[in-house]
Amino acid sequence: MENNVAIQLIGVNKWYGEFHVLRDVNLNVERGERIVICGPSGSGKSTMIRCINRLEEHQQGQIIVDNVELTNDLKNIDQIRREVGMVFQHFNLFPHLTVLENCCLAPMWVRKVPRKEAERVAMEYLEKVKIPHQAKKYPGQLSGGQQQRVAIARSLCMNPRIMLFDEPTSALDPEMIKEVLDTMIELAESGMTMLCVTHEMGFAKTVADRVIFMDGGQVIEMNTPDEFFNHPQHERTQLFLSQILAH
Amino acid sequence: MAIITEKALPSLPPPAHTVGFKAWAKQNLFATPTNSVITVLMVLFILWALIPVVQWAFIDADWAGTKRTDCTSGGACWAFTLVRFNQFIYGFYPEAEQWRVNVAALILAVGLGLLMYKKTPAKAYIGLFMVIIYPVIAFILLRGGFFDLPVVETSKWGGLTLTLVLSIVGIVASLPLGILLALGRRSELPIIRSLCIAFIELWRGVPLITVLFMASVMLPLFLPEGTSFDKLLRALIGITLFEAAYLAEVVRSGLQAIPKGQYEAGKALGLSYWQSTGLVILPQALKLVIPGIVNTFISLFKDTSLVMIIGLFDLLNIVQIAAADPIWLGSQVEGFVFAAIVYWMFCFGMSRYSQYLERQLNTGHKR
Repeated sequence: MENNVAIQLIGVNKWYGEFHVLRDVNLNVERGERIVICGPSGSGKSTMIRCINRLEEHQQGQIIVDNVELTNDLKNIDQIRREVGMVFQHFNLFPHLTVLENCCLAPMWVRKVPRKEAERVAMEYLEKVKIPHQAKKYPGQLSGGQQQRVAIARSLCMNPRIMLFDEPTSALDPEMIKEVLDTMIELAESGMTMLCVTHEMGFAKTVADRVIFMDGGQVIEMNTPDEFFNHPQHERTQLFLSQILAH
Repeated sequence: MAIITEKALPSLPPPAHTVGFKAWAKQNLFATPTNSVITVLMVLFILWALIPVVQWAFIDADWAGTKRTDCTSGGACWAFTLVRFNQFIYGFYPEAEQWRVNVAALILAVGLGLLMYKKTPAKAYIGLFMVIIYPVIAFILLRGGFFDLPVVETSKWGGLTLTLVLSIVGIVASLPLGILLALGRRSELPIIRSLCIAFIELWRGVPLITVLFMASVMLPLFLPEGTSFDKLLRALIGITLFEAAYLAEVVRSGLQAIPKGQYEAGKALGLSYWQSTGLVILPQALKLVIPGIVNTFISLFKDTSLVMIIGLFDLLNIVQIAAADPIWLGSQVEGFVFAAIVYWMFCFGMSRYSQYLERQLNTGHKR
């Protein structure tokens, strides 16, 4: 298969009980592509990216990540999770471990990296997200923005090929959003394949190669940021944009 | 009206009348006239209750003697507890061999002390030693039969020694089992889940006294003739399984308190089920339920006294038997007070240590 494809969703359907949450979602993400997904709450955007590392299970269609298809095969799931990093809305740092231990845990246990090496790499990434001096602190002692940057560093320590962001700035104070976005922009510029659920339209304009608008479990519109923001085609997209850009 | 602050104000010390003991007493003991009256009344009440106790336990107490009639002062007859002290601690363990109990207790105390002390190096190895090697050493020491140590049958074990054997084995064996049961009860595999629920509900639904009775009286009836195993071992198994069911529910409450995001973060990083359970979930969940776990341990410690129903001579039972001795007739109160103090010291110790542990493990995430 074409080796340039990082993620492929083919006719993906998912139900929560009776509720049809993803409806025939098709998506091709190339290596190095940065994609922003937006849409009203309940539109299925989080569910979609959570299907990509199998935090949610899809019931129909195919999801192929890094040339490995997600099935019930646990080996495939583990392999994909090793290559796909995820950043959550509520950071989900491990509160009983220090920042450094948070970053070293998965490399040491999943990749079997020796502690010394794991700590060296972790410090490198903590430096990149500009909080190396907080390495010995516990997550509870950091601000929200700092915690989210640690969460990004923690994912990067696994050296993933793809990064998923699930509303990474939605739980942050306005003053802290920028520091997290700056980190993400830097990451985007380094050529990482990124899928990002966010409402930060400024971020979408700056870094996205494509913007996806979802509603009711469907991909309504997918376009370059330029076209998407200046000439939205679908009525629903126009309404959504006018709502969030109005203030 | 615009307000523009030109310079930040420096922080000043608090006013003198709000700090120190005098300020504390004024605020807490004598804030209002009613408050003062209550304080005085309570102090009087405490004195009224305490003085007779002190009188009985210390001022009028007798410390020397070899029989009840030697105690003539009208207060507590501590001579009884002193004369029988050896038996209270060791039961019927032969006196010549009691050093073995002492050595086992000493290793235990040193090991626990090292583990509890914050700055001990290589704690993991000491912990492994205490959990894996120490039980073997303790068994060889207490039971004998190896290295020329004469065998001391478990029926001779008694007193505080037996109480500690029962409760320590019970605690150490039931905690891991309880954790496994709690995990099993939350498992996605229906058969494992059902088995764990059945086990927990069965054992929680019967009184410990029934369990012990079954283990000692009923179980031999079901075993093929000629097979018999140690009565103490049967009691230990009964206590362990019983307490494991309780602990399972305590641990489960901790597991349920861990946000879903922690599980998801573990998964997203590629940790396996056992890795994320052992490294992420359990350390947090167990920390949350330390009060509940210690609560169960404390009740286990005291519940060991129920083994008297199957004829084992734990601390309480041996005190009772000693007090029934005709030459010490009438010394029950002293005996029970002594037993109560011993139980209380161990339970209070556990309680304090658990509070210390909670503070130690607090990483400031619950703001």
